[in-house]
Amino acid sequence: MPRTWWLRDLILLVVFIAVLIGVTYLIEYAAGYYSAVRYYQRILVMMGINITLAVSLNIINGHAGQFSLGHAGFMAVGAYFAAFLTFYYLGPYVDRFPETSTEHWVLQNTMLVIAVLAGGVAAAIAGYVVGLPSLRLRGDYLAIVTLGFGEIIRVLILNIEKIGAARGFSGIPAWSNFFWVFFFAGITILISNRLIHSSVGRAFLAVREDQIAAEAMGVDTTRYKVKAFIIGSCLAGIAGGLFAHYTPAYLNPTMFTFIRSFEVVAMVVLGGLGSISGSIVAAVILTFLPEGLRSVKEFIPGGRDPRMVIYSLMLIILMLTRPQGLLGRRELWEFLPKRKDTVPPEGREEESAGPPVT
Amino acid sequence: MQTLLQNLLNGIAAGSIYALIALGYTMVYGILKLINFAHGDVFMLGSFAGYYAGNWFVAKVTGHASFGTAAVVLLLSMIACGLFGFINERVAYRPLRNSPRIASLITAIGVSFFLEYGGQMLFGADPKFFPTLIPKHIITFAGITTTNYQLIVLVVAVAFMALLQYIVYGTKFGRAMRAVSFNYETASLMGIPTDRVISLTFVIGSTLAAVAGILYGLSYPKIDPLMGIMPGLKAFVAAVLGGIGNVPGAVLGGLIIGVIEAFVGGSQFSNYRDAIAFVILIVILLFRPSGLFGKYQPEKV
Amino acid sequence: MKNKWFVLATALLAVIFTACPPKNEGGGTTATGGGGGDILVGEYGSLSGNQATFGQATHNGIIMAMDEVNAAGGINGRKIKVLTEDDQSKQEEAANAVSKLISQNNVTAVLGEVASSASMAAGPICQSNKVPMITPSSTNEAVTKRGDYIFRVCFIDNYQGPVMARFATQNLKSKRGAILTDVKNDYSTGLTTVIEEIFNSTGGRIVGKQSYSNGDADFRPQLTTIKAANPDVIFIPGYYGDVAQIVSQARDLGIKVPFVGGDGWESPKLLEIGGKAMDGCYYANHYFQGDPAPSVREFVQKYSQRFKVTPGALDALGYDAARVLADAMKRAKTIDGPSIRDAIAETKGFAGVTGVITLGPDRNPVGKKIVVIAIKNGQLTLDTTIDPNAPSGAATATGTTGTAKTSS
Repeated sequence: MPRTWWLRDLILLVVFIAVLIGVTYLIEYAAGYYSAVRYYQRILVMMGINITLAVSLNIINGHAGQFSLGHAGFMAVGAYFAAFLTFYYLGPYVDRFPETSTEHWVLQNTMLVIAVLAGGVAAAIAGYVVGLPSLRLRGDYLAIVTLGFGEIIRVLILNIEKIGAARGFSGIPAWSNFFWVFFFAGITILISNRLIHSSVGRAFLAVREDQIAAEAMGVDTTRYKVKAFIIGSCLAGIAGGLFAHYTPAYLNPTMFTFIRSFEVVAMVVLGGLGSISGSIVAAVILTFLPEGLRSVKEFIPGGRDPRMVIYSLMLIILMLTRPQGLLGRRELWEFLPKRKDTVPPEGREEESAGPPVT
Repeated sequence: MQTLLQNLLNGIAAGSIYALIALGYTMVYGILKLINFAHGDVFMLGSFAGYYAGNWFVAKVTGHASFGTAAVVLLLSMIACGLFGFINERVAYRPLRNSPRIASLITAIGVSFFLEYGGQMLFGADPKFFPTLIPKHIITFAGITTTNYQLIVLVVAVAFMALLQYIVYGTKFGRAMRAVSFNYETASLMGIPTDRVISLTFVIGSTLAAVAGILYGLSYPKIDPLMGIMPGLKAFVAAVLGGIGNVPGAVLGGLIIGVIEAFVGGSQFSNYRDAIAFVILIVILLFRPSGLFGKYQPEKV
Repeated sequence: MKNKWFVLATALLAVIFTACPPKNEGGGTTATGGGGGDILVGEYGSLSGNQATFGQATHNGIIMAMDEVNAAGGINGRKIKVLTEDDQSKQEEAANAVSKLISQNNVTAVLGEVASSASMAAGPICQSNKVPMITPSSTNEAVTKRGDYIFRVCFIDNYQGPVMARFATQNLKSKRGAILTDVKNDYSTGLTTVIEEIFNSTGGRIVGKQSYSNGDADFRPQLTTIKAANPDVIFIPGYYGDVAQIVSQARDLGIKVPFVGGDGWESPKLLEIGGKAMDGCYYANHYFQGDPAPSVREFVQKYSQRFKVTPGALDALGYDAARVLADAMKRAKTIDGPSIRDAIAETKGFAGVTGVITLGPDRNPVGKKIVVIAIKNGQLTLDTTIDPNAPSGAATATGTTGTAKTSS
């Protein structure tokens, strides 16, 4: 790896932010002429959040090969902790300045980032706790334990009056927006991408492919497994924090049931376990489908809405036609015609049979 | 003391239904290493089959409820679910036999969503009243109250578990099943028709879900298309708790979860009841990483 | 390689195909301008999911009301067209659905939801777009606090809870109460707080508190503990499906005391599932289907004729919410969000099926009618009516004034 990788990333980041700011303004501009843009913007933001969730779960499930079904729980921790901070502490502070002032605008965005990152840290701690049993548990046993942790987190939130309990947490400042959601989605992708090319990422792959062999080679498998959980859940917590602050800025424990975790797992597997761009593509498709299918009901007499039935059927059919996931274990750009001077990354030419899960 | 005994009884009755559903999970897992997330919804399907069969029977054929009607309804529901289990395996799982296992997990989730949303389209989303197939009697003994339903649930559940144990350990088919479970490739090389064995396993698992569905409808006569989610999840926990792939383990796991939930439900911590099954599970798995009866297999090179 | 390209292309095509924005119905963007064309009203509700019965009942009420308005000439000659979106009983779906209705379909007003949590998720979106929203039956106090564009036509929990508690201490002469709360449900936990406070302050004492989760099947453990506390009344501020099972299991366990609940009990399924066990129980409600008042009789008759079932409170509230909206549209200066909002806020003395509706400064009905329904011999009977807006001035009328069969 060239030494200037950070320079390349920095340039990439600057370009990315510039494009993002441009798109954000473009959307605002377009919404003035065509109000439906607001609705598309909302779906796009949900896609951004789901991309962050899917890519972060892909680190745990795809790269490190640890089967986690508790992603909704990590998201809930991040969402609730960030919302708790802004509602009780940061929000009142920002509101001291008049809403139209520059200070308000600057503080609001700074505080949002602080709250969201704090949510990420809280989720990372939860991830550490959940990751610990993975030292002893394998495959499906780990899956059910993570699922259980997710449900326990939900029941705990249900019993904390200060964050709304069953009533839900409302009145959170709606500071999150298109820019921040995609900014963090981009950061997540970048982290994930850098990770597989780093020594940590190589260790993840080693743990996934053959734990015993990895250990024999001197890889501290337990450390890397817990590390995968911490990174993955931290990013999920960030996604949760952004979700909590996006209009209507309302949280309810029923948003974070295990069904939500299933949806994220479906994105990762459908995209191709281990493929970052696969996770992105699948997150986009699976977020879009239920919304795109809303118009189907107009063709059905009797006022019944079959969109979720079609959604589940499409999920089954997609999985049956592409058992390795949409992109297998490869990345989107590997499908592009190869330039002559680039050597394909080793071990990726043939579509390998997905990672072992046990 | 009386309250304690009463709750023990409540827990055992609820646990027997968990146990029956858990058996389906454990069988499929044992043979395919697949968590069939749609199993809880097959259980729902069993209840609805019983609902329609029961109403039709009482209205058109017998005119009143009796043990005979109940038996016929049970049989019809078992056939319906068995058929579904067969088709389900053929369509959603068999094509993925040689694919990564996680692909079948996603189709299982897809089938589960399909049954939940499809059920709402087909049956309507409102709860239905499950027909009273057998008249209810209340039995009071030494201050403890129970109904004949709770006793029937217990007896039928135990009977089916015994039958399953016999099938797995006492028949030629059971031996084939265990062989496939032990090693799929070797079993097929030894001339065992693995596809047929797997099909039949699915059919048996789904039939047991139908039995659970009918017993559930009888004791808690409110059924709706989403009723399978929570019992399905708890039963799955029960199966893992007992050591997934293990028949007596699933039964014991179901009973443990039923009884502990009953005690927590009756305590001042009843608002944490939904989480307690998982807490128990995590605690047990920390000490026995493969469940109570599961064999711990340290990995070999 | 060709194969892969094919797959990618198909995936892309599928996305584009579903991405095509549906054509704007009715007048589309021009409809808001005040010219011709239909007036678009959005409705979001739980047409699927675990609260689908509520959503479907409300939907029927809304459709019936709007059809009547259109048959009577519409709003100054323009017809109302209702666009309905399902939210699967999920809050974030409610937010998506309302966002779609407002931005893509350009609806001028929104009706929905039943569940307070869904209304709280959708409310801020209506507020920020300046589109008025009327919830037919979200009873949690916090819903209308989300902004001045959010209204409701039902009473709130702080109003119904005390009625339930006082009914127990005064009419049933209860001294020892127990509460069984649905811990997953905002409606239930909110009511529990109010009931406990009022019951304790009006001469009773809460001796037992237990919880369950909506969708549970076995409530015997909680009931066994409650039975040991020996209460003489048990409150279940929950939904009918669970209530019917709870009461039936309580009777099995030998608990004979009356159960008291709120408007979540309202459904024909309550008696179908609960059967004889429900006898001797009471619940507070928005209206009584057997009420001899002409407005109620007319509504029940028309509704049963059209949908072949007896309407419950949610159907009636959906009907009232839609008619309050139509009434406001007739009075509004122009058909746009802010004018309609102002017109709704001025609603005074509107004769609804569920009582006289006068919206107060906090956008909740002031002094709404409330009834207590008693269940006797498998039938609903009217026990008490509390109607502060009643023209006669009599605040409370007691007595059985009618019965209604609930089986459709």
